[in-house]
This record gives sequence, structure tokens and C-alpha cells, in this order.
Amino acid sequence: MILTKAQYDEIAQCLVSVPPTRQSLRKLKQRFPSQSQATLLSIFSQEYQKHIKRTHAKHHTSEAIESYYQRYLNGVVKNGAAPVLLDLANEVDYAPSLMARLILERFLQEHEETPPSKSVINSMLRDPSQIPDGVLANQVYQCIVNDCCYGPLVDCIKHAIGHEHEVLLRDMLLEKNLSFLDEDQLRAKGYDKTPDFILQVPVVMLCPLAVEGHIIHWIESKASFGDECSHHAYLHDQFWSYWNRFGPGLVIYWYGFIQELDCNRERGILLKACFPTNIVTLCHSVA
Amino acid sequence: MAAVLESLLREEVSVAAVVRWIACSTQGSKDNPGEAAALSSLQPLRKEFVPFLLNFLREQSSRVLPQGPPTPAKAPGASTALPGRPGGPPRGSRGARSQLFPPTEALSTAAESPVARRGGRRRVPGPVRERGGRSLEEGVSGESLPGAGSRRLRGSGSPCRPSLTVSDPPNLSNLEEFPPVGSVPPGPTGRTKPSRRINPTPVSEERSLSKPKTCFTSPPISCVPSSQPSALDTRPWGLGLPPGCRSLQEEREMLRKERSKQLQQSPTPTCPTPELGSPLPSRTGGLTDEPADPARVSSRQRLELVALVYSSCIAENLVPNLFLELFFVFQLLTARRMMTAKDNDFELSPGALDNLESPLFQSIHDCVFFAVQVLECHFQVLSNLDKGTLKLLAENERLLCFSPALQGRLRAAYEGSVAKVSLVMPPSAQAVSFQPETDNRANFSTDRAFHTFKKQRDVFYEVLREWEDHHEEPGWDFEKGLGSRIRAMMGQLSAACSHSHFVRLFQKQLLQMCQSPGGAGGTVLGEAPDVLSMLGADKLGRLWRLQERLVTPQSSGGPCPPPTFPGCQGFFRDFILSASSFQFNQHLMDSLSLKIRELNGLALPQHEPSDEDGESDVDWQGERRQFAVVLLSLRLLAKFLGFVAFLPYRGPEPPPTGELQDSILALRSQVPPVLDVRTLLQQGLQARRAVLTVPWLVEFLSFADHVVPLLDYYRGIFTLLLRLHRSLVLSQDNEGKMCFLNKLLLLAVLGWLFQIPTVPEDLFFLEEGPSDAFEMDTVAPEHGLDSVPVVDQQLLYTCCPYIGELRKLLALWVSGSSGRSGGFVRKITPTTTTTTTSSSLGTQPPQTSQGLQAQLAQAFFHNQPPSLRRTVEFVAERIGSNCVKHIKATLVADLVRQAESLLQEQLLTQGEEVGDPAQLLEILYSRLCPHGAQALALGREFCQRKSPGAVRALLPEETPAAVLSSAENIAVGLATEKACAWLSANITALIRREVKAAVSRTLRAQGPEPAARGERRGCSGA
Repeated sequence: MILTKAQYDEIAQCLVSVPPTRQSLRKLKQRFPSQSQATLLSIFSQEYQKHIKRTHAKHHTSEAIESYYQRYLNGVVKNGAAPVLLDLANEVDYAPSLMARLILERFLQEHEETPPSKSVINSMLRDPSQIPDGVLANQVYQCIVNDCCYGPLVDCIKHAIGHEHEVLLRDMLLEKNLSFLDEDQLRAKGYDKTPDFILQVPVVMLCPLAVEGHIIHWIESKASFGDECSHHAYLHDQFWSYWNRFGPGLVIYWYGFIQELDCNRERGILLKACFPTNIVTLCHSVA
Repeated sequence: MAAVLESLLREEVSVAAVVRWIACSTQGSKDNPGEAAALSSLQPLRKEFVPFLLNFLREQSSRVLPQGPPTPAKAPGASTALPGRPGGPPRGSRGARSQLFPPTEALSTAAESPVARRGGRRRVPGPVRERGGRSLEEGVSGESLPGAGSRRLRGSGSPCRPSLTVSDPPNLSNLEEFPPVGSVPPGPTGRTKPSRRINPTPVSEERSLSKPKTCFTSPPISCVPSSQPSALDTRPWGLGLPPGCRSLQEEREMLRKERSKQLQQSPTPTCPTPELGSPLPSRTGGLTDEPADPARVSSRQRLELVALVYSSCIAENLVPNLFLELFFVFQLLTARRMMTAKDNDFELSPGALDNLESPLFQSIHDCVFFAVQVLECHFQVLSNLDKGTLKLLAENERLLCFSPALQGRLRAAYEGSVAKVSLVMPPSAQAVSFQPETDNRANFSTDRAFHTFKKQRDVFYEVLREWEDHHEEPGWDFEKGLGSRIRAMMGQLSAACSHSHFVRLFQKQLLQMCQSPGGAGGTVLGEAPDVLSMLGADKLGRLWRLQERLVTPQSSGGPCPPPTFPGCQGFFRDFILSASSFQFNQHLMDSLSLKIRELNGLALPQHEPSDEDGESDVDWQGERRQFAVVLLSLRLLAKFLGFVAFLPYRGPEPPPTGELQDSILALRSQVPPVLDVRTLLQQGLQARRAVLTVPWLVEFLSFADHVVPLLDYYRGIFTLLLRLHRSLVLSQDNEGKMCFLNKLLLLAVLGWLFQIPTVPEDLFFLEEGPSDAFEMDTVAPEHGLDSVPVVDQQLLYTCCPYIGELRKLLALWVSGSSGRSGGFVRKITPTTTTTTTSSSLGTQPPQTSQGLQAQLAQAFFHNQPPSLRRTVEFVAERIGSNCVKHIKATLVADLVRQAESLLQEQLLTQGEEVGDPAQLLEILYSRLCPHGAQALALGREFCQRKSPGAVRALLPEETPAAVLSSAENIAVGLATEKACAWLSANITALIRREVKAAVSRTLRAQGPEPAARGERRGCSGA
């Protein structure tokens, strides 16, 4: 699950050419049988997001929006039940959920006096039945359920997975008899930055080939693959901030990470793809 | 002035009289009116005697140590002949020193005979100060040589070139000085090489202390890269090279040619091109070492006399800097060869011995003789130097040759010396931990302030990390790299309360990163002595020592380096400079002042005069460590306070004079001091806490600008310091006053302060002698800190790394003289690999895990409130101490009872022939002492039983269970370690002592008549 940069690049390269569909994912699995489904999915999703970020702007010009809206209108006039919006998104290589949002916004602008607020739109996307137009509601629904990278459904899944791993981690900590403060407790105490867990008594993690162990004060769980982009963002927004306050700690990327990113061990940020087994705790007989 | 010296030499006056005369303004010599008369006529010159003597010695030695001030005949008209001090602070205020001495003045005195009148204000520090650091460290100072930059030969670009005085550049093309390797040097007098150099005598007997493969204290690698090159590099050691090194020699030869070519083509602007081929003084790193022979000393009596006067001046603290003088003497001891320049004008006329016309040092023999004479007088100081220096001294063959007795004493001192001194700063770039009590939202006025500070903390560490990564890269510049980001961050600090938060963070981080005393760092002050070292993290210590030897430590620039910001301190200095924020500086000064007051006033646990026996030793190490931590923190804080406080007044320009000075004085004298240091000093002296107060005050003052010493307020401080300095006579062992090492530390730091360029030269010599006025007349506490041996060697060397220059000097000598020139590098490798694999880096579980446990304990406290740590350490301290008391009351008392009954048996069975008491005792010892082994087990059990309850009682109820149990365990561990360490070292002695006391009690009680035995038996058993 821990990939070298070269291995990772190979996968990422492969993803450039395929559309973001479940079929593509299956193909990817065949191409890289040794990698776990979850890892591939996570990389797949990250690569796709990068792709969307790059092309985001071009779908948001008013001309583009107008043209998509017209095509949508024309399409549903012909056949309201056909996946017009989904096909359109796939055709122009844009995420279906985002396409649905785009069209929904355009639609509401036309039909309401005041421009719709973000929260109204989010809520309609989460529950398309709130959309005043039945046909559009159906189209939006199709987009959302068929999008494997964006949209409220995916967010929900991601959140659930993230939470699941935090729970798993908590169980492991309890099982190891390590006492900790979790995010909520920290927040209640007024901490300005809150990792998932702060160990009340630090431990040392021994790494197989390393000579020295690493002191761990905090643990952050990430239910995703650690690629350069996301890792650097996390470092800046979270990991270094934790280090600045609580000292060295551990990040678990449950779906693996690029090996080369684990370069701040000496500084105090250790990366792992699972809960480490070789832990040394403060002994009960020190002397 | 010379008249005094001359009349001394003529034996008209005694040395004692002269010293009395110098030291006291009152007419001293009552016993010999003749002497008094001879001297009283010279009374007006009294103050100038010491400067004269010091200058005289330096001038006299200039032929041996030619890198010193030029001798008259040799550098006529060298207008740049006044070398500045080596090294300097980055902003160039340093150069001022040499400017203070108009070249003409120095030269005129020098150009005439040494007897020349020293009219006007000719002062000593010129040569004296210049001598500082001259020979060893010049290359080190790097960019910071504004005033003296001219001495460096930057042109040819080789990093390892000897740096030289302008008047004395190496003439690389001069074949006489730098002959082709392997050729016989055309020694000016046709001197043959000493045979020792030709026949390789690998390790002489006198060097038996060296085990080249394993010794840890021999010439440190730290000498090699920065400081040694000056002598090592160009010195053609090739004389001793085995034939196999031909090609190397050839290469060197080519290099030399190439260099001399470059030198001729591109003379650097700062360095006057040496006149090629002109006879220039040769340098210390000469070709051969002249052997020194006691039999060839030219005028023993004269040398003895001068040495005695000189030693007395040193002993009486009439010289500004003890260690500078020692350095000078060491230089004489290790002088390689006398320059036989063309000045044969010093014809030795018969009868010239009693005047100063003839040179004092006519040969190496004279120099060494003189040096050894002086050293003999200062054995006590020498014996307190670090083990490495002692070893080198004890192994110095010249010393052996000239004074086997001194050598023997030094050897004994070496063997008795325990501590190895390591100056390494362990890496501890831990962040200041977030403590909800001080850092959470409730401590900020608005949400915005809270979130701004959150970001600032992150930016601060980001900047710090970037600095760590880059500051050693050649082209990297702090201001360019980080300046704008720092200012942007400072700009966000709008609320005053945010400033104080940030300053607190800054100061804590400063203490955390920079104050660590050779121990495990990371301690925030006032909060704790070092747990890691208490846990016996010997391994880590060793690892750091190793690291110290592998990476060059920040080199101190000679025996009197300017104040610098080594290592991480540089980050904080540059941060302050880049931030250039008035608000920040003000808050920082407030905060530093407060912390200084707090630490300075800390009631350091006073060493109670040991109750009947030595178990208070148990508390001993801890106290000493705590003192060291507090002292080092104070010094660090005071240094930064001084830096910030005087920042607006310091500049590269020379000190103001005349009217300008007056107006500046008028302006400055009404500015209140940033911290009332004078009062703190007075209080410190009164409370006999000088050993704590003075070292940090010195750090503070070392950053003062030129005007400061002229201000009444600070002049008062200097006067106090000068009096203190004079009163610290090392040889006086006045009961209950000040311990030797305490004095030595104060002398070292004060001596260093007196050499700081901004401190006026005349300050030291013009200040009226204190006579015996420095009596702290007030009711001094019975046992002030001064009388407690709080300073140890480690602390001395940590505070005054420049003392290590002495060792470097000796090491340099060894490297050049004993035929193991390559030893520096060679020795290191095997030593390090073996020690590390076997101890610190090894993967053997027991050792590693011990280190890990120590690390964990240290880390454990990091995120806990400081009070937790204090509590645990307090408990450990008390329980450990009680444990020893308990063992004494139980185990030892039992054994004593056994001894008594055994004795009774013995007496009964043997009747009257009790026999030899000593023998009897031995029998008892051999039966009882083995039981002492139980002490450890009992002690362990005691600590295990007692500590947890105490911790539980003292910590808050709400302490999480895991934290509580960890705290208990650490307390148990610490207490056990403390107790067991003491017990294992002392239990046998304790038992012996107690048994002996009991036996003699019994025997005494027994009386002469055996009749009384029966009754007494019962008594003694009770």
C-alpha cells in the first residue's frame, strides 16, 4: 500500500486517459492487481479531482453554462427520462454532480426572483425532491448517484469512511491500553488545533529498518491515499500545526501513501499505512 | 616603569614588596624601609606597572610568537601593524578596538627600547588583547572581521589557509619559510633538526596516558577544520613522512607553487603584498620544533624573578584576564622555535642581566623555563582544567623536562579528574507545547486575536524550520529568505495582548532550544532540572558527545572571543533584527526582565551543612544541576536582553568623543536602565549570590555600547565588578566565603568582559585598587550560594568555552611534535564506531529500551502542565533522600548492632588479647560489608512503596489515570535511581564508618579493665 513515487506515477499516468466511471475503475484494478481496491479508488478519486480543478474554470464561463443549459433543455424536451444531464457531463468531461449543480443554479436563476443561496442549492442537491421541477429533479438525481467522485452522496460516503477509521483507531488505542484525548474533548478544552487523538502518555514507535524509535504524541487518521498534493496541504494546515503544539506525532494514511513523502520522520511527523505494531510504552518499572 | 622591574632584577626590592606595592595604594612594605623608599619614588607610576609588565612580556616574546605584535626591528613602519581582535560581532562594532590604539602610539613605544617611557595613556590592552586568540582561531571568525579583515588572505580562496597579521603574512614563495617538503630547512643558524623528529619514536613513555585508539579526550576533532589549519596546513610536516608519501609531497609542492603564483598575481586589496624574499618572521608553525633544554636557559635568576612577579600579579588578580595570561604562558610553553632574525643588536653584554636591555627570552629554553615557572605557581588553576587539557599538559615533554615535579602533580590531577567536559548542545528543536491554561480562547480578548495568534504560532515554526533547513547553506540569507514573512506576521499582531503571547512563545522557544547544558535540553526554566539526564540517559549524552566531535561545534574565537550567538541563538537574534518591531522589542525586554528577576531571585535550595554525615550528598547532584540550568538560562536571557536593550545605541561607528560624547552622555544618563541591574548586583553581592548574578550580568553588559561604561549608573556596576574581581584571590581559601570553582567561573567571565572592546581599556587599570575595601560588610547570610560548590567543571566550560582554547593550543603542539601528526583524523573513526555500536546506536534491546524509556519520560512531560513535572521531581528528590536515611536507620543500624555483638564475642573469646583494633575492624568489615549489597534491593523496594502515594497525594484529583500512573512510575524510577546511585557508591564506606565508630565506642567503653565487660555488653546492645 505504500507506493514508491515511480509506482504511483505509473498509476496516475494510467488514469489520465480513462473516464471517471466504475468501468474504468475495474479496468484499473485489472491493470494493477497487486494494489487494493481502496487504494486505487482513492488515487483515482484524487487524480480525477485534480483534473476537474484544472478544467473547472472553462465550464464556468457564462457561454459554457448557457450552452449546457440549452442542451439540457433540448434534451429533456426530447426525452425527459433519458439521462440527458449525465450524458452531457460525460461528453464534456465534467463531473456529473458539478454539472447538475451548474444547471440547477441556472434553472433557479430563471425561475426565482432572487438568486438562490448556496445552502438552498446544497440542500436541493442532497434531496432532489425539493427541486421544484420534477424532470430536473430526476436528472439531478441520476447525476448524483452516478458520480463516484463528487456530490453529496460521495461526501457522505467519504465522511462515513473517515469516521469508520477513526473509530477503528480508537478501538485499537483502547485495546492497546493507550489513553488519549479525542478531537471533541480537545475542542472542549479550547485547543486551537485538534488532531484526531492526543496521547496522554506518549509512546515510541519503532520502525523496522530505523535505528531509533519515534516519539508519538498525537495521531491523525486519514482515510485516503497520501499523494503529494493532499499531503502537502495537510502538512501545512494540520500536521505541522500539531507538531508546533504537541510535538512529534503519527499520521496514518489507511489507503497508503507515497513512500518518499515520509521524509519528516526525524523532524517529528511519521507516516504509516496502518496502526503500528511495534510500540513501546512507558514501562511500569522504569528503574 | 621599567625602573621597578630593573630594581627588582637588581634585587634591590623583593618580589613581595613589588606585588604589595602594585596591589595597594597604601605604602605597604613596613618591614623594609629601603624597599619602600625605592618604590615610593615611583609611586605615581604604580598603576602602570601591570600594563607595562604585560606589554613587556609580550614584546619580549614576539620573537617566539611572531604572530604577536611586531617587534621593533622587524616591522618598521608597518602602518597596519595593529592587528585587531579576531572575530567580531556581525555588525562591525568590533573593529573599534584596534582603532582605539593609534598605530603611532603603539609603534613609538615599541620602536624604542622596551624601557621607553610610557607616557600618556599608553595602555596595556593593545598587545594583551590582541594576543587573544591570535594564533589559533583567526580563520574561524569568517565574515565577522570588519576591523581586522585585512589580516586575512582572502585572495587565493583556499579555505584552509593560515590567517595572519598584516605585518606578518606568510611569504609562501619564500623558500626559507616554506621549503619544499622533504628538504632540509636551511635553518638560519644551520640548526639541525632535533633528533626526536627524525627517529620516529611513536609513543614516548610520557605519553602513556594516550591510548590513541580509544582516548576520547585527546586532540578533539573540533580543532581540525576551523582552528587548526592556521598551523597545520602549511606546515610541512613532511619531514617525518614515510617514503611512501612521495606523491603526496609532490602534490603539496605543486599546490604551494600554485598558491605562491596566485599570491603574486592577485594581491588582495586588503593584504599588502609581502615583499618577496624579504626575511619575514617565521611563524609558529615553523619547520622544526626546537628542543627545549633546561641546561641551556640563559639567565635563570632573572627569569625566575620576572616569572614570580608575573605570577603574583596573576594570583592577585591584577591582570584583567587570568585565562588570557595562561594562554600566553601556554603559547610560550609550546613555542616551536625562536626566530633568529637579524637583530643581533641585542648583544648580550656582561652584566646586562640586571637591566632590560637584553632580551628576556633569548631562546626557546628561556621561554619554556619561564612558562613552567609560571605554571608551577598556578597549579591549582591548572588542576581544575578539563581532563583533556590535563592530559596534554601532563604529557608535555617540555614540562616533564623542566619540572618533573609539576608534571607529577598534573598527572595525579589528571588521574583524579573525573569529568569529561563536553560543550555540545544537544539538538532539541521541540516546539513549545500548547497549554490550555495559558493558550486557549479564554486567554484572548477576541476570537480574532485568538485565531491570529494561532496562525502566528504556525508561521513562527514554519520560519524556524526553514531556518534550520537552510541557514547552513552558503548563499542563504536570513533577511532575504525570511524577513518579509516575519514582518508580515509581526504586522498582524495588533492587540497588545497578542504581543505578549507571542513574546512568551518566543522566549520559551529560546530557552528550550538554546539553554540546554550538555544535558538533554528541552527544559523550560525554573521548571525543572533535567529529567533525561536524571534518568541516566548516559547513552544519549555519549551520542551527543560523539556528534560534537563529528560536526564541528561552534568554535570560540580564541581565548577572548567577542560575544556571539552560536547555533540556534543566531535564529533568535536574526529574528529580532528582521522583525525590527518596536513593540516586539519592548514586550520582549519586559518579558526577559521579568524572567531574569524571577530566576535570579529563585530560592535555590541551599546546601545544608551536612547533618552529621554525607547523605545530603544525595541531594547534591540535583542541586548542582538545578543551579546550572538556572544559571545558563539567566545568561541566555540576559544576553538577549542586553542585545535588544542596547540595540538602538550600537553601531559600527567609533565611540563618540569630546562634546558629542558629553551631549550623548547627558542624554543617556537620564534614561532609566531597562532592568535595574545595579541593584540586582548589589543585592547579589550582599546575599553572597555573586556566583549566580555576576555571570548573567556579564552577558548583559557584553552587549553594551561604547557609551554605557561612561554612564554613572553603569560605571558603578563596573566598579563593583572590578572590586569583586580583585577580591577573588584564588589562593585564599577563606572558609565559608567562596568555593574555588565558583571563583574561577567569576574570574573567567569577568576577565572576558574586561576584554570586550566596548569596555574602555583604562577601566581596569585606572580603577583605584580596592585595597581590602571589598568586604561585604552587611549582614551576609551564613551560607550564601557563593560558598556552596555549585559550579562544576562542566558548567565552567559551558559558560566559558574559550577556556578550551588552552587545550587546543596543547593539542596543536602534540600534533606537530610527536610524529603522529595525522592523528587527528585517524583517531576518531575507530573510537566512534566502537562506542556507538556498543552503546548508543546499537540495537541490543536492553540498552535501546533504556534510552527509549528516558526519551519517553522526557516526552511525557512535554504536553503536561509544568506543575506535574515539578511535583514528580520533588517527590523523587525527597523519597530518594528519605530512602537513604531509611537504609541508614535500618540496614546499617542492624549491621552496626551485629558488629557490636561480634565484637563482644570476640572480646569474650579472646579475653584480654583484643589484638590490633585495625585488624579487628578489617575482620568485621569483611563480614559485614557484603550485606551492604542488600541496600540496593531495600532501597528499590522503599522507593517503589513510597513514591506512588506521594505523587497521588500531590497531583490534582482529576489527573487522568494513565497520566497519574505514568507520573508515579517516573517518580519511582527517579527516586530509585537517585537512591541507588548514592547507595551503590557510598554504602560500603558508610557501613565501614559506622562500624568503626561503634567499635571504637565499644572499645573505649570497654576501658582498660576487662572486668567491666559484662555490664557494658548489655548497654551497647540496647
